[in-house]
Amino acid sequence: MKALRAARMERCIGCHSCSLACARQVHKVLSWNKAGIRISSSGGLTTGFEARVCLACRPAPCAAACPTGSLSQRRDGGVIQKKDLCIRCGQCAEACPVDAIFLDHQVNPYVCIHCGQCVAYCPHDCLEMVELPRTSAKEEGNDD
Amino acid sequence: MIRDFFRVMVVNLTTGRTNIENIPGRDEFLGGSGLAARLFEIYGFIDRDWDDPEQPLIFTIGPLTGYFPLMSKTCCAFRSPYHNQYTESYAGGKSALSLRFADLDALVVIGRAERLTALCVGSRRVETRDVEYLRGFDALQTGRVLRKIFPGSGRRSIMRIGPAGENLSAYACINVDTFRHFGRMGGGTAMGVKNLKAICILGDRGFPLPEGKAYPKLYKHIYEQLTTTEMMAKYHGLGTAVNINPLNALQSLPWKNLQQTSSPDAVKISGETFADDTLLRNAACAGCPVGCIHVGFVREQFQTNNQYLYRQVGYDYEPIFSCGGMLEVTDASEVLRILDVIEKEGLDCMSAGVALAWATEALEKGVITEKETLEPLKWGDSETYMRAVEHLGRPDNDFYRLLAQGTMKCAREYGGEDFACVLGQEMAGYATGEVFFVAEGLGFRHSHLDAGGYAYDQKHDEKDADKALGFLLKDGRERIVLNCMVGCMFSRGVYKEDLLAEALASIGYGELNGSLDDIGKRVQRMRWRLRLQMGYRPDEAKIPKRYTEITTWKGPVDVDYMEALRRAYAARILEMGAAPEEES
Repeated sequence: MKALRAARMERCIGCHSCSLACARQVHKVLSWNKAGIRISSSGGLTTGFEARVCLACRPAPCAAACPTGSLSQRRDGGVIQKKDLCIRCGQCAEACPVDAIFLDHQVNPYVCIHCGQCVAYCPHDCLEMVELPRTSAKEEGNDD
Repeated sequence: MIRDFFRVMVVNLTTGRTNIENIPGRDEFLGGSGLAARLFEIYGFIDRDWDDPEQPLIFTIGPLTGYFPLMSKTCCAFRSPYHNQYTESYAGGKSALSLRFADLDALVVIGRAERLTALCVGSRRVETRDVEYLRGFDALQTGRVLRKIFPGSGRRSIMRIGPAGENLSAYACINVDTFRHFGRMGGGTAMGVKNLKAICILGDRGFPLPEGKAYPKLYKHIYEQLTTTEMMAKYHGLGTAVNINPLNALQSLPWKNLQQTSSPDAVKISGETFADDTLLRNAACAGCPVGCIHVGFVREQFQTNNQYLYRQVGYDYEPIFSCGGMLEVTDASEVLRILDVIEKEGLDCMSAGVALAWATEALEKGVITEKETLEPLKWGDSETYMRAVEHLGRPDNDFYRLLAQGTMKCAREYGGEDFACVLGQEMAGYATGEVFFVAEGLGFRHSHLDAGGYAYDQKHDEKDADKALGFLLKDGRERIVLNCMVGCMFSRGVYKEDLLAEALASIGYGELNGSLDDIGKRVQRMRWRLRLQMGYRPDEAKIPKRYTEITTWKGPVDVDYMEALRRAYAARILEMGAAPEEES
């Protein structure tokens, strides 16, 4: 099972092409916020850029905090999102340790689903898909 | 999101009121440059000076902003403190996408705050803050404080001014997100006179995309063209600084206040040298994968025992020409140190460099003395130039106060008009010959970007004024269409008219297909009309004597050819701006 890693952010030029691609292709919106990956600086452009992106936790605190099963644990890490189950409580974003879930003004959560569609839109090869270590069958979570 | 009107936020700093206005005219003005001129017609005053509090400061984006790569610029329009006429300037950074995602086609600021103020706008926010405590803060420090005051890190734009804008220099710039600028014609002063220290734009909304496959398919095609072909290699690689060596080889590099057009030392400040010795990294405007912003670094020892600090300074061709070659500063790091001070003071770097080049020659010739310059200005002496930049920004005496209003204004008072390198405004870095000198001298923005006269000079040695005039008018109009979009000028090789029409159609503006050329003509006339109404006389525009004294690869400048082109261009400008009734 693969996960997105912002592996080489020191190369990032801040073009936001990844966020725009995620929003455009995955969520069908024009946005640099409503995306599973968001780019920010860590205090102005002289400090370089950071990616706010799901780290593929296992267990995922956001899935544990989700009261309706809208976010469920992916087998080897990260979450699966079922938008129609979301009641917009915002607890997922609160539970995320790395601020990787964006809530829009209607409290819709946007989280990386590790589909990798943004990777082709990074002109500096900052992003990559990596194979996650397999978890044992006993530990396997809900991956339906 | 797709709409045939413009959604405009109008903030009045005098009353504290904000209005959202729906302005019709997408099919007439497109956006960007056209929208800005239209908004000036609505909110501006022909009969009041630039510093009247009611004059608007206008920021506009285009129909494709955010939808396609390199549609990443913002047009800023205002009545210029430099010549008291309508003007515009362009910048990128995150300004354009921030406006798009704030759901605004334009932001118009009118009125004057009682005390120094910062304005923050977004899709659900309008807020002014008293920031009197930031008075005198440099542009970089101001940015640091504002990042703490307002939310939205990463997806907002912070535009601010330095001391030069507060002190009403005629060429104070607006710093946009640290490394970009509304540089020319005094946008920073237009903010300063409103007591507006900064504007923060929160890009805090998202929008549905057009349905169907046409849009994502076209996006992918354009993105691939921009990132996998060689089209953008120049801008991405060495950046526009790559121009230093070829212009030097063509005897077209302004050097030492244009006393020379080439120098054996130019290689020391070439794009290659900057890349090898000072380039720290590249950066990009939001929505552009090219990454043309070149950030250099300077390392300085500030104490003994190996105590160093470092600074990051953006560079490009024009800053290197104006603060390197024009001042005969031939060490890349020293050029960056001068630029760093200019950045902090919040001055236009081209105007500041060219002004100090004139002052150096004037001092050398005895036209002025050290009583005026306060510093022993000397070619290549960067430490002295750094102090002089601070004198300009503050300004510290009557001489610098006048020099900060424009080199020619200062030369008229003190003498030395013949060698003031002013083509409307302090010149851009192309001593390429007659066509460029006329193009910048009479051009709408007095910039190298109005038309590619500099490129024409480099390719044509025939002296056909009609042909050159035809080129200037056609190229200028095509650039206006891109300025209405508001696309980056670097993308002009990609976004030809057919592709622009296809892009517009893919997001629902298909009805504009076929009318782009008409819009270009309409906006061209409208902008000239505004300038002429405010007193512009292209037929009286002068090209200083220094430009007749130089030699390029084509030989000595041909004064008769230049004069013929100047007269013909002036006549066409008068025609274009004079007859609104001819519009259909």
